Amino acid sequence: MTAPATSRAHAPSPAGLRAALETVRDPELDEPITALGFVASATVSAAGDAQVRLRLPTYFCAPNFAYLMVADAYDAVIALPGVRRAEVVLDGHFASDAINGGVAAQAGFAKSFDGEAVGELHQLRADFLRKAIMAGTDQVCRPLVAAGTDPARLRTLTLGELPPSRPLARLRQRRAELGLPAGDDAVLLIDPATGGPVPADTVPLHLRKARITRVSLDANGSICRGMLQHRYETPAVSQEPEGEEEQ
Amino acid sequence: MYEKNGEKYFVVDSHMHYWNAAPDNWVPGAEQYAKGWIECFHAYQSLGPPATHWSIEHFQKYSEDDLMKDVFEDGHVDVAIFQPTDLKEWYKEGFNTTQRNAEMGRKHPGKFIYNTNFDPRDSDAGLDELKRNVAEYGSKGVKLYTAEWNNGSRGYKLSDPGAYRYLEAAQNLGIKNIHVHKGPTIWPLDKDAFDVSDVDHAATDFPELNFIIEHVGLPRIEDFCFMATQEPNVYAGLSVVIGGLMFARPKFFAKVMGELLFWVGEDKMTFGSDYGIWEPKWQVEGFVDWEMPDDPDLSDYPRLNTDGKKKILGLNAAKLYNIDVPAEYQLKDGGTPGAHEVLGGQDADDSHVAAGA
Repeated sequence: MTAPATSRAHAPSPAGLRAALETVRDPELDEPITALGFVASATVSAAGDAQVRLRLPTYFCAPNFAYLMVADAYDAVIALPGVRRAEVVLDGHFASDAINGGVAAQAGFAKSFDGEAVGELHQLRADFLRKAIMAGTDQVCRPLVAAGTDPARLRTLTLGELPPSRPLARLRQRRAELGLPAGDDAVLLIDPATGGPVPADTVPLHLRKARITRVSLDANGSICRGMLQHRYETPAVSQEPEGEEEQ
Repeated sequence: MYEKNGEKYFVVDSHMHYWNAAPDNWVPGAEQYAKGWIECFHAYQSLGPPATHWSIEHFQKYSEDDLMKDVFEDGHVDVAIFQPTDLKEWYKEGFNTTQRNAEMGRKHPGKFIYNTNFDPRDSDAGLDELKRNVAEYGSKGVKLYTAEWNNGSRGYKLSDPGAYRYLEAAQNLGIKNIHVHKGPTIWPLDKDAFDVSDVDHAATDFPELNFIIEHVGLPRIEDFCFMATQEPNVYAGLSVVIGGLMFARPKFFAKVMGELLFWVGEDKMTFGSDYGIWEPKWQVEGFVDWEMPDDPDLSDYPRLNTDGKKKILGLNAAKLYNIDVPAEYQLKDGGTPGAHEVLGGQDADDSHVAAGA
């Protein structure tokens, strides 16, 4: 008697599908596409066919970032146990056809935009991870500075010496994604381009740069949310970045 | 002009438009782009106060009378600077060309300045046109949209040799001010389309020209600011910052203003309404009333006083464009110095900087 084939996993629940999409971020804003309101719908059949529709604030949002989000959403959904087919479609974008076709065919970015792009998007993604690390540095450092930690001490602090927090977990994750030190003995302040320590005399400048990077990301995110709301007449997407609620 | 609490403000709207984006002007076969473009602009308008929102039909094509009323009669503006955007790939007669702007503006002497534009991909013919436009309209500035599509190309960089050739020619023709708009569809697509490093190169190599980065390089405010601190001839154009954030997101507005005041400084920031996206009236009035909120989170940002507001609303742009400003609008005794701290310099008080990190 032969062993029965491993029974197929059950199709994921709607919540499971949603959780997978929560891991997909707008690379530029460093926020989940779910929190930004970019997921218009997400369904999965009992047989395991998943269908996801994405939407963006404008017809002209940057096509490279749009491609990354559609491709990342596809990867996240197809990796779910029980999903046998995934279709991810971007609606209402000037490059919708090229992006949807390219992702469905697993063609990669350069081939999807044949003749208009000369390479894949790894470098671009890395650039934005570095920005996310700078913004995350501000999130972690601000409370420390407010509590009286001076620049000299900040410079020697390690990640393991800090109390656990969501911003810290996120900062560690972004650093790990980029292959930068993220363990307990790694120092908090690093140059995200090299992973090396920040020279003592440039700590205040480093913190200032971290701060403006966060302000820039948050301000852009707020504009994107406002425009998405106008475009799709959706109720206000209330989830502003942590600690940045408007009055 | 605008007067509040006995203070008089000379207002230069350094970034505004007179466009036709109605279906009668759409290029057959490119309708989806023409429609998508104006709808995108219209979505920006939704970030202003609801009472100032227009219908999409009105937004696509407003009249000369609308503009004169919104900008000058109601909007407190003394001099307005047209920033053309051709987009002839999508709009038959262009979106808002130098010519269209001037045809209208010439009926109202003294009210408008006509900036023109160029596209380095147009080679010799484009240079001839630039020459004609400067002669015809007396342009002292150009608006460059580096992401504009042109014969299958989806954009260029200001540091391209072709662009340098144009910048040289423009300088020789008497152009002083280069307004740069960064956009999302630059070629090749795998690069960061909002990258401002090309402006950095051009600003270094053309020290006699001023580079006004419109919309402060949004969404790359940080890259713009780092660049601006190193280039004395780089300015921050505030359109979208005031229109898009001051009403809709006041706390983010305060933070962005704080960052700009810190990195760029009030002497190098210029007001622009981006009309017809937003009417100037609420922006001018709101900006004059605005104060950095008394919030510990914002405590280390420079404050902006009345003199600083006067500079940003008009005096800075008046300097760039040699606009005569009557004595009653000038700063008294030369004004108070700006609160701008010097980046990373010995002048910056380190403990103060750290406290705000």
